[in-house]
Amino acid sequence: MRTLVFASRNLKEITRDIFTLIFGILFPLVLLVLLSAINSSIPKEATMKLFEIENLVPGIAVFGLSFISLFTATIVSKDRCTSFILRLFTSPLKPSQYIAGYTLPLVPVALLQTIVCYIASFIFGLEWSANILLALVVTIPVSVLFIALGLLCGTIFNDKAVGGVCGALLTNLSAWLSGTWFDLELVGGAFEKAADLLPFVHAVNAGRYALSGEYSLIMSELLWVIGYAFVILVIAVILFNYKMKQDK
Amino acid sequence: MIAIRTEKLTKKYKDKTVVRDLDLSVNEGEMYALLGVNGAGKSTTIKMLSCLIRPTSGDAKLMGNSIIGDSTKVKQIISVSPQETSVAQNLTVKENLEFIAGIFGFDKASAKEKTQQIIARFDMKEIENSRAKNLSGGWQRRLSIAMALISEPKIIFLDEPTLGLDVLARRDLWKQIEKLKGKITIVLTTHYLEEAEALSDSIGIMADGVLKAQGTADELKALAKTDNFEEAFVRIAGDEV
Ligand SMILES: Nc1ncnc2c1ncn2[C@@H]1O[C@H](COP(=O)(O)OP(=O)(O)OP(=O)(O)O)[C@@H](O)[C@H]1O
Ligand SMILES: [Mg+2]
Repeated sequence: MRTLVFASRNLKEITRDIFTLIFGILFPLVLLVLLSAINSSIPKEATMKLFEIENLVPGIAVFGLSFISLFTATIVSKDRCTSFILRLFTSPLKPSQYIAGYTLPLVPVALLQTIVCYIASFIFGLEWSANILLALVVTIPVSVLFIALGLLCGTIFNDKAVGGVCGALLTNLSAWLSGTWFDLELVGGAFEKAADLLPFVHAVNAGRYALSGEYSLIMSELLWVIGYAFVILVIAVILFNYKMKQDK
Repeated sequence: MIAIRTEKLTKKYKDKTVVRDLDLSVNEGEMYALLGVNGAGKSTTIKMLSCLIRPTSGDAKLMGNSIIGDSTKVKQIISVSPQETSVAQNLTVKENLEFIAGIFGFDKASAKEKTQQIIARFDMKEIENSRAKNLSGGWQRRLSIAMALISEPKIIFLDEPTLGLDVLARRDLWKQIEKLKGKITIVLTTHYLEEAEALSDSIGIMADGVLKAQGTADELKALAKTDNFEEAFVRIAGDEV
């Protein structure tokens, strides 16, 4: 009950921020439009498949989710850096209730964002299939991963640094290393290896396999995401608790 | 009955002792004013009593519950209005109040009812649907204090409640605080000495982290051998007694 009260406050706090709308929904849509436009100007003979809508949407969806980290981190660090946290800390809320209260409201926001992304893709030629629903399900662990990253950043950095770290660094990292903008195999070398060790490209691949119906390949990609999500969430919770006990 | 009793409460930051061996006691239903110049350790004391920071040594009992051993119980019976205004910026006045009532365990219906009572009491009907970030500093301040009251605490800590309020709002707030007298235990800090003198049952004067004296305004004046309270404060805080 208390958790829900806190979660609903956080949901309001996030969705009433105009930046949420701009970055969370509009920006991924703009990218979708741009890249589809680029794709339509690539001659068919070039056999360039990367920007075809079935390959593009899962990438854009993951990219969009990286902003969920930014939202999470912003609210956590803003609360931490203002005296609002003093008020919360003198209330009977428990640490586990804080974490749940920050995490829960972002799951529907993430899902909504992904749904909008897929709906918009219909305009650019994505065809309806039940696989789209599967791709949405695949999104859930991916959003938990990004929420956990946000919790972690919000716990470590102050509200000014968070914009840079999550807003610039993380979004770029997840974009460049996700295989959405260019084929990682073409770059190869250490870059490909690094990307392979991080969860982002696996998140995109899982979405692509879901969409194309290659079911047997989904789980091995998704395990990377789930593993990372779990580890980062645990670290975030431990750090958050530690910071709570530390003197303000 | 004693509402708050501290036992050699001490806070050190590295080598600096910010609060030293504090022994103060506040009776139930009393209004206790904690006075002292900037940096005397008032806010630090309030933060320790409200379980925000751990004392380096010593302890305090609030209605018999230790701030170290029973902090969960303590948190259920206290509430705090921090020195800096502390409200949820994107929530309306009404939502802020309902939110606090909610995390203190009131169900939806009683949270709404409590909120309406508080809104009426603090004359906030006209702004109940405004977002906190659009309010003036003074109104944010009032909201911040209203949020501390809504949970029906047994003990309330008000750290400089009248900071940033205009004269009318300040008088108004003092009237509100006066109405609470006798019902709940109030600990507040302020730099307005006349108000502390006129309204509090008991006054403690801190300087350099040490409680220099405590008693009624008259007792403190007698101690400092003056009939002017401001003069008494200056003498006691300045170690001239
Ligand atoms: N986290 C901290 N680390 C180091 N020193 C601190 C910390 N917090 C407070 N202090 C120091 O403790 C002393 C007492 O601070 P405190 O905020 O309790 O004073 P105060 O009596 O509330 O003053 P004011 O009237 O200005 O609000 C100050 O010298 C302050 O610099
Ligand atoms: Mg202070």
